[in-house]
Amino acid sequence: MPAYSEKVMDHFKNPRNVGEIPDADGIGHIGNPVCGDIMELYIKVKDNVLTDVKFKTFGCGAAIATSSMITELVKGKTLDEALKISNRAVVEALDGLPPAKLHCSVLAEDALKGAIDDYLKKSTGKGLPGFKPHEEHPPK
Amino acid sequence: MNEKRIYMDHAATTPAHPEVIGAMAPYFSDIFGNPSSIHSFGQEARSAVEEAREKVASLINAKKEEIVFTSGGTESDNFAIKGVAFANSKKGNHIITTPIEHHAITEPCEFMKTLGFDITYLPVDGYGMVDPEDVKRALTDKTILVSVMHANNEIGTIQPIDEIGRITREAGVYFHTDAVQTAGAIPVDVNKMNVDLLSISAHKLYGPKGIGCLYIKKGTKMVPFMHGGGQEKNRRGSTENVPGIVGFGKAAEIAVKELDARQAHLLPLRDKLIKGLSEKIDHSLLNGHPTKRLPNNISMCFEFVEGESMLLNLDMEGIASSTGSACSSATLEPSHVLLSIGRPHAIAHGSIRFSLGRMTTEKDVDTVLDVFPKIVDKLRKMSPLYKR
Repeated sequence: MPAYSEKVMDHFKNPRNVGEIPDADGIGHIGNPVCGDIMELYIKVKDNVLTDVKFKTFGCGAAIATSSMITELVKGKTLDEALKISNRAVVEALDGLPPAKLHCSVLAEDALKGAIDDYLKKSTGKGLPGFKPHEEHPPK
Repeated sequence: MNEKRIYMDHAATTPAHPEVIGAMAPYFSDIFGNPSSIHSFGQEARSAVEEAREKVASLINAKKEEIVFTSGGTESDNFAIKGVAFANSKKGNHIITTPIEHHAITEPCEFMKTLGFDITYLPVDGYGMVDPEDVKRALTDKTILVSVMHANNEIGTIQPIDEIGRITREAGVYFHTDAVQTAGAIPVDVNKMNVDLLSISAHKLYGPKGIGCLYIKKGTKMVPFMHGGGQEKNRRGSTENVPGIVGFGKAAEIAVKELDARQAHLLPLRDKLIKGLSEKIDHSLLNGHPTKRLPNNISMCFEFVEGESMLLNLDMEGIASSTGSACSSATLEPSHVLLSIGRPHAIAHGSIRFSLGRMTTEKDVDTVLDVFPKIVDKLRKMSPLYKR
């Protein structure tokens, strides 16, 4: 059993912002059931601000906790501010993750970027410059 | 959390029986001699070791001289593979095993491959069952050893060891079985099973950790596992773990007495849990054979949810279980056993194993039946894959 921090367990037990947004302005869908976890992130955007963020995740304790934390960190932020939040910031906000679980935080960052990319494509016709999701698993 | 924690991970380890602890206690201080010493301190330790050897031998219908004490299941498995391979390399370099063995078998086999041995992994069916005919087909004039586990630790399937043993004996090839999950749980008889080598670990049958044995049929050509002071008839150097051996002997003695009662107690509980979970939770699958199965094993996959998050939720309710999910393994690969029986990665991701023991009550089973469906439901509500 991985040694999770109290913060991770708190977000795992009581995940924030779980669910779907039926009229979402952008949806990020990252991961693949063949290799493991899947994250779906929904955003509502008004005047360039993330007014609502929700998620659904198929994955372990760390995957659920990082999904929950990233929604908390970016809600109410402008798109530019949200894009500055890295996977490392998510890990720090959770008081760390076991080394084998760090890839879960990359998934959270990618799901957010994916949702913003989707929003930009729909609203401006052009996606997030340079957005390319990481490989889900770190190279062995 | 429940007032009383519920331990359903007996396939991982069991608590030592109170009588086992009582039997061991004097051998840490009062009777502390080295069994190799000629004086009375040594000789009283020696007689305790030999008495324990007799008890372990009775558990599997072996002769006392055929029991070699080891540090546990992993050592016994390593000893069987390497001991036979090194001693018989002039005869051949081919070993046959299965893809669902414990890592204590597959890793030594992979190691022997680097030394020039050929390893054949037999196919298994959807229940994880080996077809004895496949063993027959895989034998060559270079085959020196076949190793097939008695019952699988993850999915509980019991192999047709007797039949495989008839085939290997006729072919004059050594046959090893890992009986770590079966000794003390179901009947184990080395003669009926036609095995030459058999591994046991004491802590899976209410004995202490750090002790086990390898049964080596008289006449089997082996090299020693550890070279040293000639203990264990030159098979394994090292001063005997006297308290551990005494505890193992007591655990074996209790197992012989309780074997029928243990099975009669666990079978209905196992079947109630399997039936209950299958009925209460949609998209659930039983892993392993429905009847040729360890009496204490419940292994299931629940689609659209991940194993570690189920395990953590159960733990928060005071219930201990295990999972073959990729998320819980260091390699981020799901269990090799679940993949070998044809479970796709995404489904293997949602596996949970409950393994019951002598203290498990029907109330414990009812608690799991009450708590677990709610956990799956909660996680499915969070899962992007579950569309109702």
